Amino acid sequence: MSEAILDRPGSDRLFAPEEEMELNFGPQHPSTPGVLRLKLKVDGERILDCYPIIGYLHRGTEKLFELHPFFQNVPHTDRMDYVAAATNNLAYVGAVEKLVGLVVPPRARFIRTILCELQRISSHLLWLATHAIDIGAMTPFFYCFREREQVLDLFEQYCGARLTLNCMRPGGLPHDLPVGWTDRCREFVDMFPSKVDEYEGLLTENRIWKKRTVGVGVLSPEVAIDYGITGPMLRGSGIAWDLRKALPYEAYGEVEFDVPLGKNGDTYDRYLVRMEEMRQAGRIVQQCLDKLPAGPIMAKRPRVLKAGKDAEVYHGIEGPKGEIGFYIVGDGTPNPYRCHVRPPSFVNLASVPELARGMLIADLVAIIGTTDIVLGEVDR
Amino acid sequence: MTGLLDSIHRAVGDTLFFYAVSPALKILVLLFLGILPLITYLVLAERKVLGFMQARVGPNRVGPWGLLQPIADVMKLLVKEDTLPRQAVKWAFVLAPCLVVAPALIIFAVIPMGPAARRPGGLEWFVTDVNTGVLIVIALATIGVYGLILGGWSSNNKFSLMGGLRSAAQMISYEVPQGLSLVGPLMLAGSLSLVQVVEAQRRAGWWYVVPQCVAFFIYLVAGVAESNRNPFDLPEAESELVAGFHTEYSGMRFALFFLGEYANMIVISAVATTLFLGGWLRPFPNVAALGFLDPVPGVVWFFLKVCVFLFVYIWFRGTFPRYRFDQLMDLGWKWMIPLALANILVTAVVKLLLLPR
Repeated sequence: MSEAILDRPGSDRLFAPEEEMELNFGPQHPSTPGVLRLKLKVDGERILDCYPIIGYLHRGTEKLFELHPFFQNVPHTDRMDYVAAATNNLAYVGAVEKLVGLVVPPRARFIRTILCELQRISSHLLWLATHAIDIGAMTPFFYCFREREQVLDLFEQYCGARLTLNCMRPGGLPHDLPVGWTDRCREFVDMFPSKVDEYEGLLTENRIWKKRTVGVGVLSPEVAIDYGITGPMLRGSGIAWDLRKALPYEAYGEVEFDVPLGKNGDTYDRYLVRMEEMRQAGRIVQQCLDKLPAGPIMAKRPRVLKAGKDAEVYHGIEGPKGEIGFYIVGDGTPNPYRCHVRPPSFVNLASVPELARGMLIADLVAIIGTTDIVLGEVDR
Repeated sequence: MTGLLDSIHRAVGDTLFFYAVSPALKILVLLFLGILPLITYLVLAERKVLGFMQARVGPNRVGPWGLLQPIADVMKLLVKEDTLPRQAVKWAFVLAPCLVVAPALIIFAVIPMGPAARRPGGLEWFVTDVNTGVLIVIALATIGVYGLILGGWSSNNKFSLMGGLRSAAQMISYEVPQGLSLVGPLMLAGSLSLVQVVEAQRRAGWWYVVPQCVAFFIYLVAGVAESNRNPFDLPEAESELVAGFHTEYSGMRFALFFLGEYANMIVISAVATTLFLGGWLRPFPNVAALGFLDPVPGVVWFFLKVCVFLFVYIWFRGTFPRYRFDQLMDLGWKWMIPLALANILVTAVVKLLLLPR
């Protein structure tokens, strides 16, 4: 089947077939995230065509959702985008709250916002680390992991887990913040901007870094919209669409932050957008800590959540990688009848062939890095 | 030791001693007490220095401060299975690592690590001094690229093939500016012998890095590219080509490629030291006020200067991203070669007009 798609009439045939080479990039390759496999048609180093093949990490998560009650499904969401579990949790519990009609108390909303923004920082740090090492810069990797460890420590102190957090419940939170957590968190976000400066000092004005990223993988605003791309990928192309601003959820309506935008839609602009997003995330956390109200952390809710018959809801939030949304249909039982995920990685991955065509293999590595995909979420 | 050597000298006679026994002994000492330990500990030093640059510790489990780590690594590589892919072109696959490592080691024969003997029959700090030393260095360094191409091609792996292609293009492109950059100091010295070049620097009173700073810069950059080190490590770019030309190699054959890379680093550092940094000379060789430095043997200065270069290599690796293939070619052909040619022209004009003949 893939052969047929590669040979479709629209693909640019610049060279005779005997000069083309087929190259399997992945699923086991040092720079493909997880188990992504790209089938490439190359002429020397030039990529003539690119066809992503996914499914190596398919675990049937959407089916699993149907087999468990609403509140038991939160851990499944951890394992989709396993480097950004908190935002996945929030997207899911937000959808369930909408479906069942729960009102989350203010303290829980603020703590959720803090967790999500810390998660954004840790996800972007992982992106920067791998993106930089893909382009050959080795040192930022270790710097990013140094700070990421601190974020993960904060998560661990809150909920005991570092990656698969399972830190939210429909209606609120499983536990309140431990004693002293806000101080440690404040310490981190106060220190963090200087660390972002450090990463930027290594990369932003680095001649080689700019040569490798400026003008590489240009995503025009029209193409971005056509492909349904969201998140930093979209904003890198200059489109101001951020669900935190457009449809504020949790505490985002009550804090101030800027949404950074790119101009050219190339890898460098997306890099700058994500760097600024990390700073803004720290700013949001600071404001949330200042305004953190007292009060309960769980809504009044029945012991068993049941959706109404034929109730359906879609709830999307701004994850680190783009819009992560859950579409849930209820049938009157404690389990969802159907739960569909709108994963940002899957949608953003679709743009890779568009960006990679005509580029060099070295650029492909930069392009995969800049799309920031996690295969656990692509395949589910 | 001296008594033993003297008795061998008396036993075999002058000719045999100076042309066979003495060079053979020097080669053995140089290889097993000099180059090979230096390479293995360079690997450890790289990991340690990179560790400190990257906010981590580096190897520290095997022996105190990880000092036995290189030995453990070598043992591991020696006992590992040495796979030979079924589809590989076997003779080339086996030959390729040797082609990388052997020339790099042979070059050390002409590199002077200390001065020539002051009295006849005294100790000379080099294996041999040939009047075409620089040409030998360039010629031998060129052979290394065959190993990379053959290794990449014979593995019958697409990533290896691309790594081989990249290394062919890269190393051939950068040999040109590298060779041209050596012409400047040679013109100043008026000799191709590496020993004579250092002696000329002593007479001139300054290291050639001062008048030939452009050539030095070109040599440094081209040297990094020649030894396939970051930011020019395209032939083995891990994130792009898995492991480049040595993807299919394992065990000791892989270790030979590894050895070759580090030997090349040391060779390029040693040649740069000799031609630009005054070889075994102390800093400011003609300033009498620094005379108290004279008792330090020349080989120590030489070693320190080589270490500075090696540190710069490691520093590059900790700092720079990797160039793209076409950008690398642009840099080589559009910047380095014209710059090197201009340097030769300026040097020639200056030497003709200003310096006494």
